[in-house]
Amino acid sequence: MPDLSINFAGIKAPNPFWLASGPPTNSGYQVMKAFDAGWGGAVWKTLGVPVINVSSRYGSINYRNTRMAGFNNIELITDRQLKDNLREIEEVKKYYPNHAVIASLMVETKAEWHQIVKDVENAGADGIELNFGCPHGMCERGMGSAVGQEPGVLKTIVGWVMEVAQIPVITKLTPNISHIVDPGLAAVHGGTDALSLINTIKSIVGIDLDTYAPYPIVDGKGTNGGYCGPAVKPIAMEMIKELAKHPEIKDTPISGIGGVETWRDVVEFMLLGASSVQVCTAAMHYGFGIVREMEAGLQQFMLDKGYNTIYDFVGKALPNVTEWKHLNLKHKVVAEINSDKCIGCDLCYTACDDGAHQAIKLDRTNGNRIPEIIEENCVGCNLCALVCPVEQCITMERRDDGREQISWHERTQAGSIPTSFNDERAGGNHHFVPTVEDALKHRK
Amino acid sequence: MAEYKRPTNEQEFEENFAQKKPLMNSTEAYYESSRCLYCYDAPCMHACPTGIDIPLFIKQIHTGNTTGAAKTIFDANWLGNACGKVCPTGVLCEGDCVYNHQDVPAIQIGRLQNYATDQVISEGKKLFEPGPDNGRKVAIIGAGPASIACACELRVMGYQVDIFEAKEKPSGLTVHGVAPYKITNEEVLAEMDFLQNQLGFHINYEQKISTPGQLQLLEGEYDALFLGVGLGPTASLRLPGEDKAQVIGAVEFIEALRMQQHKISIADRVVVIGGGNTAMDAASESARMGAEEVTLAYRRDKASMGAYDFEYKLAVSAGVKGIFNAQPLEILGNGTATGVRFIKTKTVNGKLESIPGSEFEIACDLVIKATGQAKHPHFLSMIGGLELDAKNRIQVSDSFQTTNPKYFAGGDAVNGGAEVVNAAYEGKMAAKGIEKWLNRDLN
Ligand SMILES: Cc1cc2nc3c(=O)[nH]c(=O)nc-3n(C[C@H](O)[C@H](O)[C@H](O)COP(=O)(O)OP(=O)(O)OC[C@H]3O[C@@H](n4cnc5c(N)ncnc54)[C@H](O)[C@@H]3O)c2cc1C
Ligand SMILES: Cc1cc2nc3c(=O)[nH]c(=O)nc-3n(C[C@H](O)[C@H](O)[C@H](O)COP(=O)(O)O)c2cc1C
Ligand code: SF4
Ligand code: SF4
Ligand code: SF4
Repeated sequence: MPDLSINFAGIKAPNPFWLASGPPTNSGYQVMKAFDAGWGGAVWKTLGVPVINVSSRYGSINYRNTRMAGFNNIELITDRQLKDNLREIEEVKKYYPNHAVIASLMVETKAEWHQIVKDVENAGADGIELNFGCPHGMCERGMGSAVGQEPGVLKTIVGWVMEVAQIPVITKLTPNISHIVDPGLAAVHGGTDALSLINTIKSIVGIDLDTYAPYPIVDGKGTNGGYCGPAVKPIAMEMIKELAKHPEIKDTPISGIGGVETWRDVVEFMLLGASSVQVCTAAMHYGFGIVREMEAGLQQFMLDKGYNTIYDFVGKALPNVTEWKHLNLKHKVVAEINSDKCIGCDLCYTACDDGAHQAIKLDRTNGNRIPEIIEENCVGCNLCALVCPVEQCITMERRDDGREQISWHERTQAGSIPTSFNDERAGGNHHFVPTVEDALKHRK
Repeated sequence: MAEYKRPTNEQEFEENFAQKKPLMNSTEAYYESSRCLYCYDAPCMHACPTGIDIPLFIKQIHTGNTTGAAKTIFDANWLGNACGKVCPTGVLCEGDCVYNHQDVPAIQIGRLQNYATDQVISEGKKLFEPGPDNGRKVAIIGAGPASIACACELRVMGYQVDIFEAKEKPSGLTVHGVAPYKITNEEVLAEMDFLQNQLGFHINYEQKISTPGQLQLLEGEYDALFLGVGLGPTASLRLPGEDKAQVIGAVEFIEALRMQQHKISIADRVVVIGGGNTAMDAASESARMGAEEVTLAYRRDKASMGAYDFEYKLAVSAGVKGIFNAQPLEILGNGTATGVRFIKTKTVNGKLESIPGSEFEIACDLVIKATGQAKHPHFLSMIGGLELDAKNRIQVSDSFQTTNPKYFAGGDAVNGGAEVVNAAYEGKMAAKGIEKWLNRDLN
């Protein structure tokens, strides 16, 4: 069996599946249940200053038959007493000496930071996570994302913590910023041991059509919340990649957060450089048992690929994530329809004709509903294959022989880029485009 | 070996005739509607005789616009609620759903349709109103689905509409003929009320039109007439003993069942003669009424039955026993039927032949003849210039105009007996035909 254990910036855990700071880590009761269910670590619900939470607190996006494809909350940090949390951390560590308990913290002044770091170390926490991410409520009080969005302030506070911390420190970043490298670099310069991201994205998930208030509604009003769940995974992955590729950051361990629910999500995050993952929404949706699927899947993946530890493949996709200008302009794929599998929904036809490049044709002779690709019109955009509801029915087939390779960058260097639209070298010049008159033919 | 107990009250009747397509709840509708692919130029829509925009109404259900979904349905089909329940969807829309090609269950279009229309009907939601009075009047004979659809369409265009119906209830065979496990009387009549409340056509009940004088009066008073008279009573078998007591036509049996429900008492042993859908219904219904033994006898082999396979299976599942290649010779009994004598048959070169010496008898207390409905040639012959085809179907043009230009027609009387949905379509098209004809007339 592959070894799933990790040593994350000095924090040891039996596996890389950690619960992210949130409602599932609100108490010792929950964290102990989670460890029993198979989680390797837990980042405690953020400790800090006294707060008051509102009711209601959550909203979500349902997509077709899927509930909570995206999830949104306006909850603040813990509203439980600090002394109760500290006592429970101590108890959990007694029962689970080998599991990782990380205390998430958010306070304001230097003195407060120094005090709380000591408190959680005394309670036996294995690590600390600095919450610079919360995009609602706390930021109005100058904490959370208000810090995460100001690299200078962030660096200063990380510095305060590093002055006193005896245990590893993770800095959790907010995605509500246009360039994630700025706060990432600030944290590294401040001396952080590790990074984690993403916190939630500022969002409004919906408006009630009778009361005209945004969800979740608190007595007729609402506020922006933090967006998370499966919908945010692509944003999280892009930001992890940005940090993991950066020369000054790449050696800092990254804990990946944002929409992780299945073993595939875990593996993808790791391929982009994360060496632990944190999960909140999926555990809120399905309970702690969801970790069984992640664990079994990760193990099977590692067995199939012959990996012994996760470090054998962390970051393995990074060399293939490049800039657009380095992509091969000579690569050519076209769509192919497997007519044995086609069910005749004709979604590919309408998608290509209305939303792409008019490269699919319909011939209704004898009631036929199986569309046909007009290969010379196909630009290989993938749209049809993406909309096709049948598994492996439309495949993208390679048409170039792989011998020619030239990128925009290489062409720029060779001085061979188009300079006007009449330039023969410009893209799209010989591509079929229907005329305005063709549109008139479709009129009823 | 009756599978069903004799129902003694309304509740037991409803249990024995439990709905095959029960109303969906909102959760079921939400998940089922989520599965629709929103096909381009959707094949399900082409398979619906009224061409309902199925992907649209399903998406409307899914996005919580149930009222809009109902409007989409009624816009194409005035009997949208009844059709959702009684259409043989497996051979219509659902039969052509693309999912079938990958062995994924087809979308339950009929039940979704019903979900939307039932909601507006039970809430009495206002969806339609009559068009501004155009000063024209149309008389409609019969109040079956063809006629109701014609009336609704005409009202929207501003016609005054008067319907003359022989019976005391509207909707024709939908309430008098269709099997009770497909739709309840209340459901049928609620849709009729819904339409009548919104569109305000007049129905004169128990007004059978049967004399040339009545027809002349109508012709004088109205700009056009629509014939939605459907088919007639069960056709004669021309069998010795057919006039005995306890011999009944299937259509008459079913009408009594629908109107009196648990109050009719079924005989212990029933023989149903026929191989069409009506025979299957009559046999199923006898079994569900608690008959001890129901035999369905058809003169040809099983594969030659006109009935849909699923209707035969439904009858068998209710406890009906099918016998094939059995040609009835005589109904036995002394004044009252006590059995049927049959002779076995075989098909030789496509022709049915009886096998000499193979006679046999089945004892029974009730014979139900399900051998097709007669037409109304006598009544129709009173209308001057109205031509019928060789099968006594009224001949019509593409716009459902008969050979007497003032008369339009649609439904079973024209197509020879199809489904409610066909009648609904033809009635609506006839209304458009009337409008076209009258407009040209004016020019
Ligand atoms: C037993 C049985 C089961 C069926 N099951 C189904 C089913 O499951 N699904 C389905 O879609 N279809 C079913 N059908 C078929 C469907 O009911 C008919 O196709 C449909 O009702 C035809 O509509 P219509 O308007 O043409 O005629 P009808 O429904 O027959 O209506 C004609 C109306 O005209 C009246 N009328 C006739 N002559 C006169 C007159 N001279 N004056 C005044 N009024 C007159 C009649 O009383 C009747 O109300 C079934 C039919 C039968 C017999
Ligand atoms: C294939 C594709 C190409 C796009 N190109 C442009 C563009 O050229 N200019 C632009 O302002 N936005 C562009 N967008 C962004 C969209 O306008 C839009 O802001 C974004 O997709 C979010 O909306 P959505 O969630 O409805 O897709 C593009 C989006 C897609 C999917
Ligand atoms: S790949 Fe794009 S251009 Fe080619 S057929 Fe599919 S949708 Fe059209
Ligand atoms: S989308 Fe797929 S199944 Fe649908 S018509 Fe195109 S190829 Fe066939
Ligand atoms: S064929 Fe099926 S999936 Fe396609 S639109 Fe019709 S009901 Fe929906």
